[in-house]
Amino acid sequence: MKRTTVLVMVGAIVIFGISWVLKSMSLTSTTDHYIAKGFAITFAAFLTLCIFSFLYKDNPFYKFAEHLFVGVSAAFWMSMGFWSTIVGNLIPRVSETLSNYFKVPYHPESYNPFYFLPVFLGILLLLRLSRKVGWVSRWPLAFIVGTTAGFNFIRYLRSDFIEQVSATFVPLLVDWQGIGHFFSNLSLSSTGQFVAMLSNWVIFFGVLCGIIYFFFSKEHKGVFGGASKIGIWILMITFGASFGYTVMGRISLLVGRITFLFKDWLSLIS
Amino acid sequence: MFYPGPLVALVDIGRTISLVIIGGGLLWLFIRALKGKEVDRRVIFLFIFIAVATPILFPITFGEKATRVVKAVYDKIESLPAGSTVIISFDFDPAMAPEVQPMANAITRHCLVKGHKIIFMSLFATGQALLTQTLRDVVETEFPDKKEEVDYVNLGYKAGNEGVLNVIISDFKKMFPTDVNNIPYDSIPALDDVSSCKDVDLIVSIGGGKPGVKEWVLFVGDPGRVPVACGVAAVVAPQMYPYYPKQLLGLLGGIKGAAEYESELIHNYPRFKDVDTPGLRMMGPQTLAHMVIITFILIGNLSFFIKKRKDRQ
Repeated sequence: MKRTTVLVMVGAIVIFGISWVLKSMSLTSTTDHYIAKGFAITFAAFLTLCIFSFLYKDNPFYKFAEHLFVGVSAAFWMSMGFWSTIVGNLIPRVSETLSNYFKVPYHPESYNPFYFLPVFLGILLLLRLSRKVGWVSRWPLAFIVGTTAGFNFIRYLRSDFIEQVSATFVPLLVDWQGIGHFFSNLSLSSTGQFVAMLSNWVIFFGVLCGIIYFFFSKEHKGVFGGASKIGIWILMITFGASFGYTVMGRISLLVGRITFLFKDWLSLIS
Repeated sequence: MFYPGPLVALVDIGRTISLVIIGGGLLWLFIRALKGKEVDRRVIFLFIFIAVATPILFPITFGEKATRVVKAVYDKIESLPAGSTVIISFDFDPAMAPEVQPMANAITRHCLVKGHKIIFMSLFATGQALLTQTLRDVVETEFPDKKEEVDYVNLGYKAGNEGVLNVIISDFKKMFPTDVNNIPYDSIPALDDVSSCKDVDLIVSIGGGKPGVKEWVLFVGDPGRVPVACGVAAVVAPQMYPYYPKQLLGLLGGIKGAAEYESELIHNYPRFKDVDTPGLRMMGPQTLAHMVIITFILIGNLSFFIKKRKDRQ
């Protein structure tokens, strides 16, 4: 290990220690477990700074925080899976003894021998860890894929296809009472007739042109080619809006972390 | 309100100095771009940090007005008669919390002030802790007169993703035999008139991942014809827009949606003027950061065209 690396690590540990002591001292009047809370806040701030350090360049602090996050997440989901699925959903429905052991209310009226089927399939899934009988784990996997596909098929067909097609067929002439009435009441108000009509035209022709862009059985020439070009513009605008929203989301997360550093750790703001 | 503690007297000076630093820095970069010199990516990160940190230390606030999609959610909650039942599902994790928790808090406040009964639940394992945070910070602090199990009930997290929704659309009790305090379903007064999701007046899913809003629409809203509204992280908001207004009655997209909702709530209920409004507070950093990003895009394009012109010559 390089001398500079060792010095940086020692420096980080010393700063962490000083920060912990100062934070704990500042918490003495507000909380009973001030040493533990002081450690938690300082450690959270340290990990936040470790992750931010990647913006400069890849380094051991970033790697430490990243690996810790992955490890803790895996452990968290494993224990959550056990406590919420097995203890939370299964045991109260199948065994009074185990319910008493785990101190969860037993529901005898919900008992059904079929609940043992997923337990059996779950055990088969774990056989993947064995080289000899690992192939058996494909059966529960096939069951999961099959049931998920069957389970979702109708819902997606209804909500993401039929309902969406129906939502595209919007009236192109909203509240139409003649051309004279339209021009005499022309306004740019968001609730007005003009904006409502414009919005519906954009929806209808936007979807149509977008679909035409993906229709490759006819050459994109003439009117068809023009519609296809409008289609790609519609797609570009959609991607732009998506990107804009993503930037907004990421900035919000950054605001969250900086607020944590300034408020909870450094107490610069109240 | 969110005032900087020890820096109160320095707010204006700090704000001005920071804006001068950002403006001066961008001008320096602009001049460098004119000379055809490149900018290190770390300089961009530094500018974004300053642009975000400055309005946090020295708050800059902007007025917000609810747009039609946000107003639709607000109006629906406003128009429901007192005593209506609303499900608020916390379908998010701590990574999304800075964006969506302000929405959850604002909607909870609105429902309670209108006298609606709330069923709190979560399809995300980590959502339960965040739900507890809302109960502590909003319900117990601002509405001490509201009683658990009577005015609201916390059903907590239930594993099973869309499987949970597929069951509760026809039988709530089957999936939630008790609430988080182990009180049997039949002994909870808030659930007296609720046997399935079809009996509730509104479902509000706050989230941005899977399972979340989409699953609520697919598995409960559409088949059960139950009104669904949502508050989502900005990243997934564009994917939810196609469901509006037919399958989703309204939506709050990202922190902007939260800010608009908070603004509408404060406008109509002045008693919330002094509560913390993180949505509105975050719009200062958002605006400044976006202005810096736009300036960088302009500088980048300018630099590109200057270089192209030089190459031609």
